[in-house]
Amino acid sequence: MDVFIAIVQILDSTIRLSVPLLLACLAGLYSERAGVFDIGLEGKMLVGAFAGAAAASVFHSAFLGLGMAIVMSVAFALVHGFASITHRGNQIVSGVAINFVAAGSTIILGQAWFQQGGRTPALQPGERFEAITLPGASAIHDVPIIGPIYSELLSGHSILVYLAFAMVPFTWWVLFRTRFGLRLRAVGENPAAVDTAGISVAWLRYRALICTGILTGIAGAYLSMVQNGGFVKDMTAGKGYIALAALIFAKWRPVNAMFACLLFGFLDAAAIRLQGSPLPLIGKVPVQFMQALPYVLTVILLAGFIGKAIPPRAGGVPYVKER
Amino acid sequence: MAQAAIELIGINKSFGAVRANRDINLEIARGTIHGIVGENGAGKSTLMSILYGFYQADSGEIRVGGKPASIKTSNDAIALGIGMVHQHFMLVDNFTVLENIILGAESDALLKKSIAKARSELERLEREYGLEVDPDAIIEELPVGLQQRVEILKALYRGAEILILDEPTGVLTPAEADHLFRILKQLKEQGKTVVLITHKLREIMAITDNVSVMRQGTMVATRETAKTTVGELAELMVGRRVLLRVEKGEAEAGAVKLAVKNLTVKDSRGVTMVDDISFDIKAGEIVGIAGVAGNGQSELLEAISGIRRAVSGSVMLDGKPIDLTGAADPGELRDRGLAHVPEDRHHVGLVLAFEENENSILGYHDDPRYLKGPFLNIDAIMADAKDKIEKYDIRPGNPRLKTANFSGGNQQKIVLAREMEQDPGVLIVGQPTRGVDVGAIEFIHKRLIAMRDQGKAVLVVSVELDEIRSLSDRILVMFAGRIVGERGPEATEGELGLLMAGVERQEAAE
Repeated sequence: MDVFIAIVQILDSTIRLSVPLLLACLAGLYSERAGVFDIGLEGKMLVGAFAGAAAASVFHSAFLGLGMAIVMSVAFALVHGFASITHRGNQIVSGVAINFVAAGSTIILGQAWFQQGGRTPALQPGERFEAITLPGASAIHDVPIIGPIYSELLSGHSILVYLAFAMVPFTWWVLFRTRFGLRLRAVGENPAAVDTAGISVAWLRYRALICTGILTGIAGAYLSMVQNGGFVKDMTAGKGYIALAALIFAKWRPVNAMFACLLFGFLDAAAIRLQGSPLPLIGKVPVQFMQALPYVLTVILLAGFIGKAIPPRAGGVPYVKER
Repeated sequence: MAQAAIELIGINKSFGAVRANRDINLEIARGTIHGIVGENGAGKSTLMSILYGFYQADSGEIRVGGKPASIKTSNDAIALGIGMVHQHFMLVDNFTVLENIILGAESDALLKKSIAKARSELERLEREYGLEVDPDAIIEELPVGLQQRVEILKALYRGAEILILDEPTGVLTPAEADHLFRILKQLKEQGKTVVLITHKLREIMAITDNVSVMRQGTMVATRETAKTTVGELAELMVGRRVLLRVEKGEAEAGAVKLAVKNLTVKDSRGVTMVDDISFDIKAGEIVGIAGVAGNGQSELLEAISGIRRAVSGSVMLDGKPIDLTGAADPGELRDRGLAHVPEDRHHVGLVLAFEENENSILGYHDDPRYLKGPFLNIDAIMADAKDKIEKYDIRPGNPRLKTANFSGGNQQKIVLAREMEQDPGVLIVGQPTRGVDVGAIEFIHKRLIAMRDQGKAVLVVSVELDEIRSLSDRILVMFAGRIVGERGPEATEGELGLLMAGVERQEAAE
């Protein structure tokens, strides 16, 4: 039974750890499916995390914080669009620039506004998104097997966790069942086909980037307002890049993306859990090895275990009419 | 003459300093098939792009059905009942036929209703015009002929009354082209107006009612097809008389220069593209390889020229084997007298960002003629480049100009000049006149025949059947990686067309 409880706990933290990855991954999915590579997921999450925590602490409202996180993240997405869609700049350069600006400006503004070494003040209750207890969770807590799974694993998360997982079927539906999704996928494959069909390529790509901005904003808010009680400098810690890896791993499909992010989240959770404790047969594993494992696995998986991942064909290429 | 479907009055369009269209007047009668011919760069596609709202004219007036029309975007054109089938299909390759057809013309924000509506509409179009295609097939799995049909359906689904086709037969087999023409005739009978842009005069004669000729951005003449001849049209196109078939004497074949035996080549996906092929080329003859693009010709050329590794078989150059393991050094082959004009001059034959003179010695830059000690001898290279420019009539005649700024025909001449002037024993040429205009085609053909008459062995691979028939002393037809037949230059187009479509082979197998 101890093992069972341990597994449930690992899975529980798997869910918590995979949420920011999942939101960022779906964010990247919108823009890359529309043919705009977005290496700036990391930066937009960071901006969202900072804006969210700062606004929540100043206005004493979690929802205002979330709103501000989304607004600022979308603003950065539009900068990316302005550079790479309107001015046909290099999408990678623009994305990297956004990451640098985000990393620098959050610390400077944080220090200027709050004088806490780039941090935002610790969020008080009401300024954070609290855990939601699903109905009946405490009642069936003691039922074997089902009890812990329901009350520990499924219940007791913040609303953003449920939102993140709800975004998976929603994104699938948008992409494959709506007019917007059809056009979005088309513009990532062959923008000329979209243009000759009388649809604006630029406006379509901008809308995709706005979707990206909204989701990275939520991802950032989750980091600073749910996982942590405030903004800490560079708190995204490469999650934007892992999300990009998960996106490739998922072959740009929403449901695959969820499983990819859960896998990366699980590795993270296992690494934390197993720190210092000996593994059967292997013995004690250095902490650093466990921490490196998600990245090692990413490289191995991307190097050949997932088959050929074919990106959207027009990805990375600014659209220019012929001639 | 029936009422005009489209009238263009005084259309002008410039791209920078280039005047692509000047003072174009054109009237297209309703319910007819109207051909527009001209050399590459004559401004045909630009004119049609203006009509389809892809570009805006600098000045001039467009009237559709007698009423002045303002066409600012493709949407405006579609609303006016103008549909276009582009030379490069505007399809999303990994979408289904239905998804491609509704893209941009969805009836609802949700796809389900749009698709259901398109499906029943498609059935109607299928009945009416005999345009059969599986609505759920993925585009990239369809042959090009069917992809083109999807483009036509796309236009009809949007209610097109006027259909513009830009070079529609470039990618089709003769049989597919004939099928397309039947469809176009049927559309005409249903009262639609068809505008056909092409540089193939044979097609114009076969199917159009009227034909307009463009040259260097101007509209030089409009004729009733029945009252004109191929000769007259060709003359109007280039502004002087052209030889449609280059004169040449009998071949005097000598010793075998290049012998290919049981050659098998796979492409990068591991699919066998060249399947156990054997043939010889003798000194003083031109061997032509005909076939629809994608039947292994490219891989064959690459294997012989040492770019791609072969799985098995041998290639002998002057009786000595060529290394087929992929380790062959194309430079070494050059030294042994094998020159290669690649099919894709942009990616393989030229560095477009280089100046003309640099490209004119590319690959031969180690030759002592172009060297002064360890350095390039710029004076010698420039002199050499100027010499080639004069000899091959490369325009503009400026060896310092960036290669990207030359037209397709002149780029091809740069490659040909470089390879031919090395006096190779064997010359292999892929698509010698792809994207090259009529005047330059004649010139290139003459040069190739001159090479032959000097006793060189020449291998020509081309998807243009006219070219193969006009140049070759022997014609080999490739289909699905094999040589399915050998014919003399007197073979008819129909006969070769059937071989190219693999018909004979299938029948033999049954």
